[in-house]
Amino acid sequence: MSGLPLIKNGGALPLADIPRLTPAEFAAMCKARLTEGARLVACLAVPEDEGAASVTLIAVLADDEDGDLLVIGQEPGREFESLTPRIPQFHLFEREIAEQYGVTFAGHPWFKPVRFHAPWQGGRDAWGRNASLHPLIGDMSYFTVDGPEVHEVGVGPVHAGVIEPGHFRFQCYGERVLHLEISLGYQHRGIARLLQGGPHPQTPMQIETMAGDTSIGHATAYAMLMEGLGGIEISPRAAALRAIALELERLACHVGDFGALAGDVGYLPTAAYCGRLRGDYLNLTGQLCGSRFGRGLVRPGGVLFDLDSVLVAKMLTALGPVARDTRGALELFFNTPSVLARLEGTGKVSVRDAFYLGLVGVAGRACGLDGDVRRFHRGNVYAPDEVPSMIEEGGDVLARALVRQREVEHALAFLEQRLASLPDGSLRVVTPPPSPDSLAVAMLEGWRGPITHVAVTDAASRFKRYQVVDPSFFNWSGLAMAMRDEQISDFPLCNKSFNLSYCGFDL
Amino acid sequence: MLKIIRERWRQGYRTSGFPKAEPVLPERFRGLPLLLGERCPAACRDCDTACPFGALRREAGKTVVDLGRCLFCADCPGCPHGGLTFSSDYRLAVRQRSDLLFSGPELPLAGKLEKKMLSLFGRSLKLRQVSAGGCGGCEADINVLGTLVFDLGRFGIQMVASPRHADGLLVTGPVSENMHSALLATYDAVPGPKIVIAAGACAIAGGPFADSPEVHNGLAGILPVDLYIPGCPPHPYTILDGLLRLLEKR
Repeated sequence: MSGLPLIKNGGALPLADIPRLTPAEFAAMCKARLTEGARLVACLAVPEDEGAASVTLIAVLADDEDGDLLVIGQEPGREFESLTPRIPQFHLFEREIAEQYGVTFAGHPWFKPVRFHAPWQGGRDAWGRNASLHPLIGDMSYFTVDGPEVHEVGVGPVHAGVIEPGHFRFQCYGERVLHLEISLGYQHRGIARLLQGGPHPQTPMQIETMAGDTSIGHATAYAMLMEGLGGIEISPRAAALRAIALELERLACHVGDFGALAGDVGYLPTAAYCGRLRGDYLNLTGQLCGSRFGRGLVRPGGVLFDLDSVLVAKMLTALGPVARDTRGALELFFNTPSVLARLEGTGKVSVRDAFYLGLVGVAGRACGLDGDVRRFHRGNVYAPDEVPSMIEEGGDVLARALVRQREVEHALAFLEQRLASLPDGSLRVVTPPPSPDSLAVAMLEGWRGPITHVAVTDAASRFKRYQVVDPSFFNWSGLAMAMRDEQISDFPLCNKSFNLSYCGFDL
Repeated sequence: MLKIIRERWRQGYRTSGFPKAEPVLPERFRGLPLLLGERCPAACRDCDTACPFGALRREAGKTVVDLGRCLFCADCPGCPHGGLTFSSDYRLAVRQRSDLLFSGPELPLAGKLEKKMLSLFGRSLKLRQVSAGGCGGCEADINVLGTLVFDLGRFGIQMVASPRHADGLLVTGPVSENMHSALLATYDAVPGPKIVIAAGACAIAGGPFADSPEVHNGLAGILPVDLYIPGCPPHPYTILDGLLRLLEKR
């Protein structure tokens, strides 16, 4: 179809260029594109005017083949027909929009709050609650299974371990889990609303802490948006330094996940080694910018810290033994039959469910879905063909572990190569103010999966809407599916194999 | 089996010499602020409004940094005259909220628990961690204390799964409205006497999310706090240093 507004990753377009389709056209377009293999990467509502009751829906569809992003809108309204029955990828986006603006989606099969906050503009609540009061967290109807000997197990929000809060309800028949419902929102800090009217002086720090284990990922997505809205390119050196930090973040988290998986199957050597090695990768990020989590490295226009030859040599010297020890720890893990026996076939998600729910990142690739932003979308960090396809077919805990192993290998090779050949260029260029009345989309492949930020600016170049889509937004549904027909005792192992963000979901 | 032993030998002994040996931190690490009052122009009050998180003000001719609000930002806009930088001193934990109002040069570092509490917890302290709107950063650097590098257990400190087994809470996060009642319920579930530790800028004063309508700006007015550990997030050694001072092990 010609005439439709296509942008590339990190690009922006005037709001006026986004077509406002009728509900039927919007649904048909989404269905056609998604059937052809596109992915729904974001869907948001933009209020007509400040305080207006009706909202315009905007969907961003990514075409991995051409690296294009299609942005389409739907005529403003307050009562929409839910697309979820036909296109399940919309299920959480529609709930999110309903919670934010008090609009409804008729026919939504699972119409519940997402984060438990009052509607943003007051007025009407989508569930008929008192819109002027803060709703009670977790106050909703849960999915239940009836029958003799069927019982329910509720866990959380405060659950065992040094871990963020979430509420899990298992419907069980004996030890067998028939369904797990995951209800979150406990970490909700109201970030999307804090960003409205921005960028503010606090914005970079709030972006870095929306999911603290993905500071580099989210800060880079934000920077890409600001650069796209300002119409500038960063230097190759700044891009390389961001990529180094992003891969260190990936390594730290993946290696930590191997430690957690090993701990949960009772294989202590790898658990102990990876716990330590994770810290070693964080310390390398600390060498680069002073913070183990990369706080303060990435800013719009580039980065705040450079690497000179002395520091490069120091980091390469440190990386060598850490890489060796990582490979050693993983070799033990994957060569131990009793470990593999616990991983194989556990927590299986079918490729069909993964496709319909729109699973992404490590969890999606473990089901054979190769939606890797590094491979298919422009992002000025990875060269074409630099990232191989890293998919598995099994859909189980083992497949998710194997995808991580491939990514660890790739990241190690990438780091050694990039550290040894840093391109020249300025650290940071001035970012002009965002272009007014525009929409920009930035995506990158963080360690969990694709991170998508969408900004809509007003006439004064301020953020009218800012949507963050952490990979966890899609993948919590995958964890629920993985638990079907499993035992509760396998929940920790399944959970670790996804290792999703509570705060990245709750925002 | 032989492969496991060979790998064990290769990985080596990795537990740090802390607290006898001081940790080696990255050169770019940002710790206790360094205030260079001599660089302040006369009657300058630029810092009153410079910090977006309200961590700075000028008082009685001195620059005061509220370490409870400070995020130790790399691009700290605090002083255009170069009067504020960060040292590499990772020791930041204190016992009183007012002790975090730092105007240099020495920070009144945390002292030990009161006599009775110390006799109860000095040799065995079990903590239940509660993340109340945290970003996972503080939680990660608390989790890491359990690894063999820090080996928290050797100091008699352990993170436990149930508040019923705990001697106190280690709280992170700005206390989101949605975690408020769960935090209070968890506190109530800990048998007394009990302690509360606020880890990170969020738990002390709201951190990057201060004044969001969805958060409570930390523990002030919600729970009594026995130890404040600043940072965003605090370095693991900052947390460990604070815990050991509380138990008179430093």
